[in-house]
Amino acid sequence: MNVAASVSSSVDARLPAPMGLLLDRSKTVQFEFEGQTIQGIQGDSIGSALLANDQWLWSRSFKYHRARGPLTLSGHDGNTLVQLADEANVLADRTAADNGLVVSGQNVNGSLAKDKDAFLNHFGRFMPVGFYYRAFYKPKGIWDWWEKHIRAKAGLGVVDLKGQPEYYDKAYLFHDIVVVGAGPAGLTAALTAADAGAQVLLVEENPILGGSLTYADFPDHADPESLRQQLIGRVEAHANIRVMTSAICNAWFTDNWLPVLQGKRMYKVRAKECIMATGSYEQHVVFRNNDLPGVVMSSAAMRLMKHYAIKPGQEAVVVTGNDDGYLTALQLHRQGVLVQAVVDMRAAADSQKLLFDVEELGIPVLFESTVYEAVGGGDGDRVTAVDVRRIREPGKVADSSKMIRCDLVCMSAGYMPAYQLLCQAGGQLSYDDNKAEFSLRNLPEILHIAGSVNSIHTLDAVMADGQRAAFQALSALGMGSDQPLPEVACTRRMNYSWPIFPHPKGKDFVDFDEDLQSKDIVNATRLGYRDVQLVKRFSTVGMGPSQGRHSALPTARLVSKATDRTVTETGVTTARPPLVAEKLSYLAGRMFDPYRETAMHHRHKALGAKMIPAGTWQRPAYYPANIGLSIDQNSQPTRQNRDDCIEAEARHVRSRVGVIDVSTLGGIELRGPDAAEFMNRIYTFGFLKQPVGKTRYAVLTSDQGVVIDDGVACRFRDDHFYVTATTTGVSSVYQLMTFWNTRWRLNVDITNVTAAFAAVNLAGPDSRKVLETLTDLDLSAEGFPYLACREGKIKVPGSFSDTTDIPARLMRVGFVGELGYEIHVPSRYGEALWDALMSAGAAFDIKPFGVETQRLLRLEKGHIIVSQDTDGMSHPGELGLEWAISKNKPYFNGKRAVDIVMKRPQTRKLVGFTLPAELVKQGKKPEEGHIVLSDSSATSAITGHITSCEYSPAVGTIIGMAYVGIQQSEPGAQFPIRVEGGQLVNATVVELPFYDPEQARQEM
Amino acid sequence: MPFALLKYGLNKDYPFEQDADLPAPTSLKPHYDAVIIGGGGHGVATAYYLAKYHGITNVAVLEKGYLGGGNTARNTAVIRSNYLTSEGVKFYSESVKLFKDLSNEFDFNIMYSRRGQLTLAHTDSAIRAFRQRAEVNKHFGGKTELIGPQEIRELVPTLNMNPGHQPVLAGLWHMDGATARHDAVAWGYAKGATQRGVELHQLTEVTDVLVEASSSSSGGKVTGVKVRQGSAEHTIRCGVAVQAVSGHSTLLAEKAGFQLPIVSYPLQAMVTQPVKPFLDPLVSSPAFHCYVQQTGRGEIVFGGGSDPYPLYNSRSTLELKEQLLAHAVELFPFMANLKLMRQWTGLTDMTSDYSPIMGLSPVENYYLDAGWGTWGFKSTPICGQAMAELVATGKVPELIQPFSADRFSEFRQVNEMGATAASH
Repeated sequence: MNVAASVSSSVDARLPAPMGLLLDRSKTVQFEFEGQTIQGIQGDSIGSALLANDQWLWSRSFKYHRARGPLTLSGHDGNTLVQLADEANVLADRTAADNGLVVSGQNVNGSLAKDKDAFLNHFGRFMPVGFYYRAFYKPKGIWDWWEKHIRAKAGLGVVDLKGQPEYYDKAYLFHDIVVVGAGPAGLTAALTAADAGAQVLLVEENPILGGSLTYADFPDHADPESLRQQLIGRVEAHANIRVMTSAICNAWFTDNWLPVLQGKRMYKVRAKECIMATGSYEQHVVFRNNDLPGVVMSSAAMRLMKHYAIKPGQEAVVVTGNDDGYLTALQLHRQGVLVQAVVDMRAAADSQKLLFDVEELGIPVLFESTVYEAVGGGDGDRVTAVDVRRIREPGKVADSSKMIRCDLVCMSAGYMPAYQLLCQAGGQLSYDDNKAEFSLRNLPEILHIAGSVNSIHTLDAVMADGQRAAFQALSALGMGSDQPLPEVACTRRMNYSWPIFPHPKGKDFVDFDEDLQSKDIVNATRLGYRDVQLVKRFSTVGMGPSQGRHSALPTARLVSKATDRTVTETGVTTARPPLVAEKLSYLAGRMFDPYRETAMHHRHKALGAKMIPAGTWQRPAYYPANIGLSIDQNSQPTRQNRDDCIEAEARHVRSRVGVIDVSTLGGIELRGPDAAEFMNRIYTFGFLKQPVGKTRYAVLTSDQGVVIDDGVACRFRDDHFYVTATTTGVSSVYQLMTFWNTRWRLNVDITNVTAAFAAVNLAGPDSRKVLETLTDLDLSAEGFPYLACREGKIKVPGSFSDTTDIPARLMRVGFVGELGYEIHVPSRYGEALWDALMSAGAAFDIKPFGVETQRLLRLEKGHIIVSQDTDGMSHPGELGLEWAISKNKPYFNGKRAVDIVMKRPQTRKLVGFTLPAELVKQGKKPEEGHIVLSDSSATSAITGHITSCEYSPAVGTIIGMAYVGIQQSEPGAQFPIRVEGGQLVNATVVELPFYDPEQARQEM
Repeated sequence: MPFALLKYGLNKDYPFEQDADLPAPTSLKPHYDAVIIGGGGHGVATAYYLAKYHGITNVAVLEKGYLGGGNTARNTAVIRSNYLTSEGVKFYSESVKLFKDLSNEFDFNIMYSRRGQLTLAHTDSAIRAFRQRAEVNKHFGGKTELIGPQEIRELVPTLNMNPGHQPVLAGLWHMDGATARHDAVAWGYAKGATQRGVELHQLTEVTDVLVEASSSSSGGKVTGVKVRQGSAEHTIRCGVAVQAVSGHSTLLAEKAGFQLPIVSYPLQAMVTQPVKPFLDPLVSSPAFHCYVQQTGRGEIVFGGGSDPYPLYNSRSTLELKEQLLAHAVELFPFMANLKLMRQWTGLTDMTSDYSPIMGLSPVENYYLDAGWGTWGFKSTPICGQAMAELVATGKVPELIQPFSADRFSEFRQVNEMGATAASH
């Protein structure tokens, strides 16, 4: 192709105005297709620009690699999927032609014009419907080989694996009435509703308003364009109407919840009432080679002329089952196309005037005839002729044939309502045998339909129907008048009942996406797949990109005939969201990625902490700087580095003083006269008599009697509890509490205050000395004993003065087994608290420690971490928590189950164990998750697993906790653990805790 | 070109009826030895093994919709055995073994595809749990390993190793993880069962379960069912009845006069348009509530967690789609440009321990195949085999004894919670 010549010709050869409604002829666009430069006009789609350059071959089909080009030009078929540099499966007839696009065909092996896989087309007869179920598995094992080769051929476009998400976002809209589709019905409905005062959103998928008025001709209206101008003039000027063009309402969700995609945004629209004026899809005629480039819907040829000012061909044949074919023929003729024939499947035209007009132009009209076969062989396999035959009886033709030369075939077999959104809303399709048409019923009350989707086809009736639907919606909104709804009826018959002409040589396609021929559908039923859903699943009809828009109707007809049922009984397969394929970007939106930092986060960063996620939080695992290491946050420290850090931090806490940020710990505030009663009903311990100023261990069990959370409950006043929960468990604990209190209706206010408090645990023999410098509270062992809690003030560096007092909650807890204070302050003081402790602690060599170190320290004390040392079956008895279960309460959450499981003979128990330290060096230290066996034999059973295991510097051995069989659980018993590499090591059960069993250190 | 396909091409109009997979519909008989309620994979598998191993063929499978149209049609066809408990691993491993040979057994290609399943750990606690699952699997002969980031990169080079503040720390690599054409599994079983004389009645809804008083069982004894076909109603008698109606187990059990400890939640899945293959393993991330796989057709299938509230309705929602796909795009950023084609919903019968219920019910001769949550498809062969044995012998096979309904009242649960989240 001569590029320069084609550029000028493709622009100059356009039809004169008023053809070309979408074009802005003052601007051209240029892009690349298959290495060729394509010039188009502003307003072109990729597809129309290609056609303007006489490029009718766009892509290749899924199965047989047949030539693919335009079919509907409305963005509603799968034939037009092309590849962009960074995007697969792009609708060429929907996507705007843009400067610089690099476009190519899809599913091509080699070049688009000479696809090496096109040979598959000739093997079609060896690939009957569902052939892959019937072969490729004998002899046994051979499928593995076949599968690789078959899979390699699957798929359409190629994904750009290096692509990054673009910015997409979401917005919300609320309207009285949303009208979907701005054709004559939708425009009228919107105007009627807006005139009555309703706030209306009008959603139109095309760039301009008008729907069929933009491309169709009407027998009863000579000038649809002036009608369109008049309607949109009013719509656009109306204060009550918001118009969205190039916007697609892509689904219907419960209660008129409508995702509308426009640009790079998904609007989530809530409509009080919704009017769907979504129109209908023109249907094809099933004949041999009905998929060749150049064979299109009549409406596509009309769009090509009226939207894009492109002459669709030189010589056309129109095959029709309604009068729209005549209107197409007339328009083609007007635009200089030689119409070779109108092939009318019917015995007569409805409108004698149209017939007269066509015949007067010398266009032959052949009644009771059809195109039986299209012949390819043109450029890009474009159609060059058709074989026209007389119809003998439905689906059967005479032997004598008439070949007609043409490069364009326009098909008008009738219409299928755009039922998808309506069926998503629960609507059902029923088939009218007289009109050979599906119509919709059983719609929800908040949903109305108008126009051709409602089987109304004449223009005046369509507009009246729009008005009727608007009245209906208005009356539901209480904005209607008392007048009875107008009756709208349409007797115009649009559908030809059997536009299916099977050919003995096949290739008479029902489904273009999946290369399915009429016999494939029938043969599926012959194989026993009689239900239309089974036909779909077996043959894959309707499963491709166009989701059955054009295959559903012929499939329903073919299946109904083959199984001797009515078309209504046969039905169509379920329409599911979305309406058109939607980029994942629309749904992902801005990709909100919530994560939480504590108030002291920046201090940890400054100290070079190794951060790890804990639920949605980020927490310091340990501080490499404590041993003079500096580790890049993005690199993984070595195991040795980690172990060294933890050991150093642990030693420091045991010998001096350390501080850990425990802000992520859940915090729940309970206030009210019934707070104690509520606590008593939720947690296992007794709380009614808990003294003010004391803490109590709080265990939560589930309905299955399983321990699901734990924490410390502080009673600050009779009617005020503050209870902690695990970092990852607090949300569900809070949810459970509020769930129960909606039933119990106790006089208590429950608030999740996790984020409102920042907290640290100051621990170590010198912790009291550090804290003394910062508070006036009596910190003596008598004044603030172990397990007590206090409210007080902490002195921190002030903004305006040297120091300022901040409110704090303090509790003496023993989680890490040293003298220690948990200090909770309002979050905004978190950083100040940290700074105050670090500076006051400098004299005592205070060091921060991380959550991994804390895990070791608490393990040395034998404290469990719920979810690490418990699983979905752990009941209090297995965990040795009998002491934390009140025996004197009638009820706590999970009590019934706890009572039952604790009475049953126990099968396993969580125990402490030790192993020699040398195993660390030998690589045999058990890891958490390794399994415990009943014995060392080959037939051993699994009796448990390791939940926690570390080398303990304080104890000098490997220590851990594990579930073991009950017979293995006595102190002194030995049990085998299968460690890395399948080796067994024998651990010894010991009493807990490992460290400081007299608890002297924490009670100082 | 495989030999098996030649006959079609060389025959002008191949008589497909002689090769039919499913027989034409017949009338209901007044009595069957066994009635299986539910014509999904489990129902027809049970019928198949009853006929094949126990010679019991006076059997009717009653399906209110079409064959395999419930959760068999809606699941995402994951086959795996990397569970947590000994009971679970033993059970599902048997299923994987059976799956491997089904195509040749059926003479019908179910397109079993061993891809391997990779579950991602983003936290320490996930690593601990995965190590345990790997060890339990290995103990029972399974091929499952805990692997590190480098091996993950090699298996799935397109994966974002640092998604949304939750870096991928490790993975559970289950080499036996596989997929198959889910519908074909039901069709293959139905084909084998009906060829042996079992009757499959589609569009036949069981409207009531007939139970008479029994001296040996307080719940009574099943004697038959009432069914509706279109507008016609029939009563049929049976010796034994099995209920295999995933998603509606509680409703049917109520008709038989008892309650099941099951709550039904909608579970959604979705699929993109087909693209050229780039992803072999099944990849799942419990932390991101998301799993991703590419089908043999080239489509990308996404699944995630159940809807947050119970419902007997299979409508799809926008919210779940948004959450799930946002997570999918975090794991695979380039997928932002893929196009979603379809979303759908199934109903999952959840038990409190995330394990199924199989075996006896309070009603004599009325057997349960229920509580299949998100693990029903992968258990189809072994469950069918076990249920068939139960029907034929009246004794609960050892393999499924841990899954009895009374474990809930006795608190002897088989907790698979950690091993089922978003891995399906």
